[in-house]
Amino acid sequence: MSAVPAAVPSAVAFKVPGFWRRAMHHPSFAIGAVLTLLLLAAALLSYVWTPWSPYEMDLPSKLQGPSAAHWLGTDSFGRDVASLLLVGARASILVGVIAVGIGLTVGTALGLLAAARRGWVEEAIMRLSDFTMAFPAILSAIMLTAVFGAGIVNAIIAIGIYNIPTFARITRASANAVWSREYVAAARACGKGSLAITMQHVLPNISAVLIVQTTIRFAIAILAEAALSYLGLGTQPPQPSWGRMLAEAQTLMFQAPLLAVFPGLAIALAVLGLNLLGDGLRDLLDPRLARAR
Amino acid sequence: MSLFLLKRLLTLIATLIGTSVIVFLVLEILPGNAAQMLMGPDAAPDAVAALAVKLGLDQPAWTRYWHWVAGMLSGNLGDSYTYSSPVLDLILERLALTVPLALLAMAFTTVLALLVGVTAASRHNKLGDVGLMGLTQLGMAIPNFWFAILLILIFSVELQWFSAGGFDGWGDGILAGLKALLLPALALAVVQAAILARITRSAVLEVMREDFVRTARAKGVSQRAVLWRHVLRNAMIPVVTVMGMQFSELLAGTIVVENVFYLPGLGRLIFQAISNRDLIVVRNCVMLLAAMVVIVNFVVDVLYAVIDPRIKASDI
Repeated sequence: MSAVPAAVPSAVAFKVPGFWRRAMHHPSFAIGAVLTLLLLAAALLSYVWTPWSPYEMDLPSKLQGPSAAHWLGTDSFGRDVASLLLVGARASILVGVIAVGIGLTVGTALGLLAAARRGWVEEAIMRLSDFTMAFPAILSAIMLTAVFGAGIVNAIIAIGIYNIPTFARITRASANAVWSREYVAAARACGKGSLAITMQHVLPNISAVLIVQTTIRFAIAILAEAALSYLGLGTQPPQPSWGRMLAEAQTLMFQAPLLAVFPGLAIALAVLGLNLLGDGLRDLLDPRLARAR
Repeated sequence: MSLFLLKRLLTLIATLIGTSVIVFLVLEILPGNAAQMLMGPDAAPDAVAALAVKLGLDQPAWTRYWHWVAGMLSGNLGDSYTYSSPVLDLILERLALTVPLALLAMAFTTVLALLVGVTAASRHNKLGDVGLMGLTQLGMAIPNFWFAILLILIFSVELQWFSAGGFDGWGDGILAGLKALLLPALALAVVQAAILARITRSAVLEVMREDFVRTARAKGVSQRAVLWRHVLRNAMIPVVTVMGMQFSELLAGTIVVENVFYLPGLGRLIFQAISNRDLIVVRNCVMLLAAMVVIVNFVVDVLYAVIDPRIKASDI
């Protein structure tokens, strides 16, 4: 029994008149977009301004509560927590962009290849993705750390590798649906090769699925980076990171419990924003899904 | 059914072999000279060479791989460099904590997710549904280790109902052991339950539109019976799929959460092994965790066929 190919939403929807007006009235998209823009703005702002230097220690001012001078208080070295949070946003975005970039580029290429060639190529790519899926990001990071030592580069590679099979599987499934459409058969009849069909018809038609997945994987990458940094396998000192701030705060829970609250809140808001943005985009780019929900 | 099982079993074996090759390549071939890595850069060349021979590093890679696989099949994983005891004993000792922790977390996840998912679906688009789905969005955004820290702050630091970490083993009774694992399991479960609740809600809503549900209602079956007896069973395919994937997330999550609560499980063992450069322990622990992920996915595949017999028919 052959499955009826699912129609794939197209990113052309972005160009449809009224898309942005509808988007701004979609609660998930609007809230998600605002939170994501805040995350980006925090990271960008930290390059030109922070309330205090995030690297400068001021031991007499250590473990202060929130005040007019230090909005979110100070840590055990007297560093300003708000400044550390602003600079910490950079690590989250850096890891998210590169790790998801690796997954998106390699995974999509493999998925497109699998759908275009079918047969043993598809089988080999899917089995390879099965092997890779056996290693959650944290397990890949542990292996890389055991061999090369802890660091942000290894964390990025580990999260990137973890993203590859997800993008490969989603791309293959969506691309297979496009390959079985009449317009692809028509393109073939006109003598177009697999590469031309992939680039001109398949890729544009699955781009919306990939955009939605990118926002979701970005959120997961932020969580993974925070977890790895918390364990000491990600961003290394003196570069501030939200995960490591939490690890340091945990040792001071009895003296300064608020220190353990702000970095976690920052991670949660960033992830919430990206998840809501992904949900909103999915609804806007594929209205049938919105009706079903 | 037997052909279906055989095909799945062959795929499982192939995946396990592929996974072991990846682990071997990364942890045995990539480091170059494991003996040098173990003894540090300042070690005397003679000592490094002697250790390399002792570790069998003078043999070809495929021989070492075969010895490792044969050892795993016969239960001989070698000895830890730092603990000077069999790796298998170390792992079994730690699994007595990690497996119950993951299972307890999975149980919390399932109960929470089914309750929230079915309740939200039964109040589709009403205030209860919107509120519960808002909560699941928050649940998905919270890092499990931060939630663990918050639980410690509330229940250990403020209320002092639970200890802030540690595990005294099962010697003091099952209840005492479970009490020590309660907060870690809850920290692991809440995030996964949020994801599973959303999947459950969507699946239940999908099934509620089916004709047999209308028929059951027309026959006078109560709303509650329709929902929990008829709808939920038919909505289980996507739910079980996600549960399978979540178990691997939970296993990976235990590595982080065990560190938050200072629990002597597999996750802590891996960490100590990394800092001690005890590659043989890292290699076997990583292989064990990866194998657990692969085997759970296999079980999920077989469960599909039990839940929905049409799957094995179409697969054959």
